[in-house]
Amino acid sequence: MTLEAGICPNGHVSYPTHPRCPDCGEPQEETLDLADRTGEVVTWTTSTATPPGVRQPNTLAIVEFDITDVSGATDEFVRALGQATTDEIETGDAVEPVYAEELRDPEIGIKVPESQDWDGYRWEPV
Amino acid sequence: MGVAVIGASMTKFGQRDAWIRELLSQAGEECLADAGVAPKEVEHLYVSNMASGEFEGQTGIMNLLAHDLGVLPAYSERVDQTSSSGGAGIYEAWQSVASGASEMTLLVGGEKMTHKSTGEATDVIASITHPDEYKHGVTLPSFAGLTARHYLERFDAPRESLARVAVKNHKNGVDNPHAQFQKEISVEKALESPIIADPLRLYDFCPITDGSAALMFTTEERAAELTDEYAVVSGIGGATDTHVVHERDDPTVMGGVVESSKEAYEMAGLSPDDLDVAELHDMFTILEFLQLEGIGVADQGTAWELAMEGATEKDGDLPINTSGGLKSKGHPLGASGVAQGVEIYEQLVGEAGPRQVAADTALACNVGGFGNCVITTIMEAAE
Repeated sequence: MTLEAGICPNGHVSYPTHPRCPDCGEPQEETLDLADRTGEVVTWTTSTATPPGVRQPNTLAIVEFDITDVSGATDEFVRALGQATTDEIETGDAVEPVYAEELRDPEIGIKVPESQDWDGYRWEPV
Repeated sequence: MGVAVIGASMTKFGQRDAWIRELLSQAGEECLADAGVAPKEVEHLYVSNMASGEFEGQTGIMNLLAHDLGVLPAYSERVDQTSSSGGAGIYEAWQSVASGASEMTLLVGGEKMTHKSTGEATDVIASITHPDEYKHGVTLPSFAGLTARHYLERFDAPRESLARVAVKNHKNGVDNPHAQFQKEISVEKALESPIIADPLRLYDFCPITDGSAALMFTTEERAAELTDEYAVVSGIGGATDTHVVHERDDPTVMGGVVESSKEAYEMAGLSPDDLDVAELHDMFTILEFLQLEGIGVADQGTAWELAMEGATEKDGDLPINTSGGLKSKGHPLGASGVAQGVEIYEQLVGEAGPRQVAADTALACNVGGFGNCVITTIMEAAE
């Protein structure tokens, strides 16, 4: 499994990937797997009013990955939003992506289950 | 061609027995009456609505309303831009008159939501997010929690400043007979209410609401023939930001607010200093700060000071949300942007009753998603 970010020919990086770079409109032709990297929590929330099919409470965090080591990337970091593995999380915490097969129950929400993926990565404090 | 607003109406916002059809036609009828326009004079009809199909199973509502109001064979269209559908409706209505395509345009916005449970309604709204956000169980309130924490930590703003937004808007809402809540709250009550998306609590969020609002647009020339009291749409702008919220360069900058307001100021030949009153999209208290900064009233990271100083209260330097805002008036998605327009129109023509402030120039900022799409409208009182 991968936590795939997209890179365009101008070195802009986004997570998730898009057919065209949100910054410059060029096609994103390269990818970067963030799954093995350590990120830093930029901000977080614990949501207590969650929709049907979503765990309650649901602690979410925006995590920033340093990508200054990536050749071909001109952006210095890329951010991703995801669930945390714990409700005990703080801004500045170092976290690692941990794979989960199902982040919420696909059968219960308003979306057609087959219309999208339901697996992904949670953030676990290192 | 100059575009004028010559009539406005809104239904009672709140938990209503009426379904979407009745809500829309009530506001539409009242707006026709307020403007003194006969149904057959309407050439374009726009209906702002986000999700009548998902909420109620009723689609094709532009046709439904056109038939019910007797405006046939007017051109009709449903406008969906999620929470900013109402603002987008103002944009469409303005375009229709400015382009010469229509001389009389009726805009009606509405939503019926309260028959769903809070969880179900939250899910309908959360379905606007990117699939990679939705699968994590993200809700709009959770975006607000994430952003509020970042704002408070980064700018060293007191938690109380957010509570003051809620207190102010509830206080303003007391004087709005159409508001869902006409009840004052205290800072203590706001700060002690249950946590919804930490650090935000119940009173940092607008309620789930049924309701409808309407505006009548025509040319300035026609308006001057019909009435002495009208407002002119002197500036309007619309802009789109990233769909994925965490991809924005700065989590505290709403690019759509910045871009759309810039466009509106340029068209009107005005600056933030010229504003007398404004309606901002306070779906969450933190959004009032982000919009005050985005429309150029406050520098980045300082809007909380205005809340603490009382500068945005009804008797302050720049009254914000004299209607009570989404916070106390309620937020029937597709109606909200239109209702913002109703409030600034009433302020400009002197029909705001106990909410009246001295105003010749007013701004409304309607935010869709979490800043995903934004419409900023500037209206001025007719000379």
